[in-house]
Amino acid sequence: MTETEQLDEDVAIEAATEVLPLDAWHRGKGGRMVEFAGYWMPIQYEGIMAEHLWVRENAGLFDVSHMGQLALSGDKVAEALETLVPGDISALKPGRMRYSLLLDEDGGILDDLMITNEGDQYGIVVNGAVKWEDIGHLRENLPDDITLNHNEDYGLLALQGPKAVTALARLVPEAAGLVFMQATRATWNGHGITISRSGYTGEDGFEISLPNEALTDFADALCAMDEVKPIGLGARDSLRLEAGLPLYGHDLDPTIDPVEGDLAFAVSKRRREEGGFPGAARILGHLADGSPRKRVGLLVDGKMPVREGAKLFDGNTEIGVVTSGGFAPSVGAPIAMGYVPRDHAEPGTALAAEVRGKRVACTVAAMPFVPHNYVRKTGA
Amino acid sequence: MPRYYTEEHEWIDVDGDVATVGITDFAQGQLGDIVFVEVPDTGAELSQGGDAAVVESVKAASDVYAPVDGTVTEGNSQLEEDPALVNSDPEGEGWFFRLALSDKSQLDRLMDAAAYKAFCDAL
Repeated sequence: MTETEQLDEDVAIEAATEVLPLDAWHRGKGGRMVEFAGYWMPIQYEGIMAEHLWVRENAGLFDVSHMGQLALSGDKVAEALETLVPGDISALKPGRMRYSLLLDEDGGILDDLMITNEGDQYGIVVNGAVKWEDIGHLRENLPDDITLNHNEDYGLLALQGPKAVTALARLVPEAAGLVFMQATRATWNGHGITISRSGYTGEDGFEISLPNEALTDFADALCAMDEVKPIGLGARDSLRLEAGLPLYGHDLDPTIDPVEGDLAFAVSKRRREEGGFPGAARILGHLADGSPRKRVGLLVDGKMPVREGAKLFDGNTEIGVVTSGGFAPSVGAPIAMGYVPRDHAEPGTALAAEVRGKRVACTVAAMPFVPHNYVRKTGA
Repeated sequence: MPRYYTEEHEWIDVDGDVATVGITDFAQGQLGDIVFVEVPDTGAELSQGGDAAVVESVKAASDVYAPVDGTVTEGNSQLEEDPALVNSDPEGEGWFFRLALSDKSQLDRLMDAAAYKAFCDAL
């Protein structure tokens, strides 16, 4: 075999769509499989609208095993992580998690991620589409005495919706004792698992990390309950859009910093005072003076969806672009998010989006479009 | 009234020189929940294979192509208020537009119901 052939083969292997451990389970449940982030994943089962509304009222099970589950261990992991993200990781107590941002040297967002202090290590969940780049970035920039593990033998499920706690607590009683952004290890059927009260739908819910060999039985046990149905990527996208949550690669990318992305909350108070994170000069400047542009929500007049890529206008002047948009089942109308100049970012600002050469009126709106239902106190 | 089908999953009912066009049950099943339909304006000149309408599901916008040449005589205004008609009755109340045929010989190259069924079964 020549070198060229070897190279061609490597490229072909890299390009091949991968199969997740629950692939057959999804197909058996009637999941319509599409390629996403390099994997075959279910876009829907019975239909996006019904699945979306089900999650808002009941509990939906999402397979998010395409996401990267990383673990960092060693000395001074929190301090080392703080050189790459703007969050106060040192203040994160065991059993707590935080949303944060991996930043490039200019403060541009390389990925958004969840960081959990698991006591003996820090767990990190990153987006599937950029996980290999993230791993490379972390390996290159963290000290050599910090160990990075990529837990490819674990899957990740999300159980989301107001009945998620009832359903999950039947299998894992510890679930009921957690509040939003808390995590714990537990055991199910002899398997070591990690559960956290978190998710990306705006609803109460959990993410469950468990060994690949336990995924099918666990998913079956949940879906045997009246409250739980499997939910596809389509509803995951419409749910997070209504919740005002950005999707990396669409609403966030390396040209956007946390202030522009309306994620200033991810720049912790202590870090604002001390700096020392990538792009601190730009980000602190934007925090002080406002960023030139900002991610905003948009309510769209009429019924025609306004989608990613639609240009935004103030009169005849092009002023911005839509980065996500579609029909919002719980709102009952099209909604979108996009970037506009600071002086067009106030809720109530009237704009127009261009769709197939036509102008559609839309209004800057506060996000979330549908209130978050996070559980911040147990028994509440 | 003969009904024809295209490989783009449209159906065409022909009544004299006027054709009614919609998308098939197979197509609506593939698209999922329809939330918006943009039908052509009356008087629009359509040419076979060109853009004729747009159908939007929760997830995405899809083009509907003109199955034959013709002049639009009517768009289905009911779809404006109730786009889900395309899901509930795709080959009836959920029709998209009517057009005056300009070249009836184009119909000869379309599929009949049996051929369309075989076409879908092979997908």
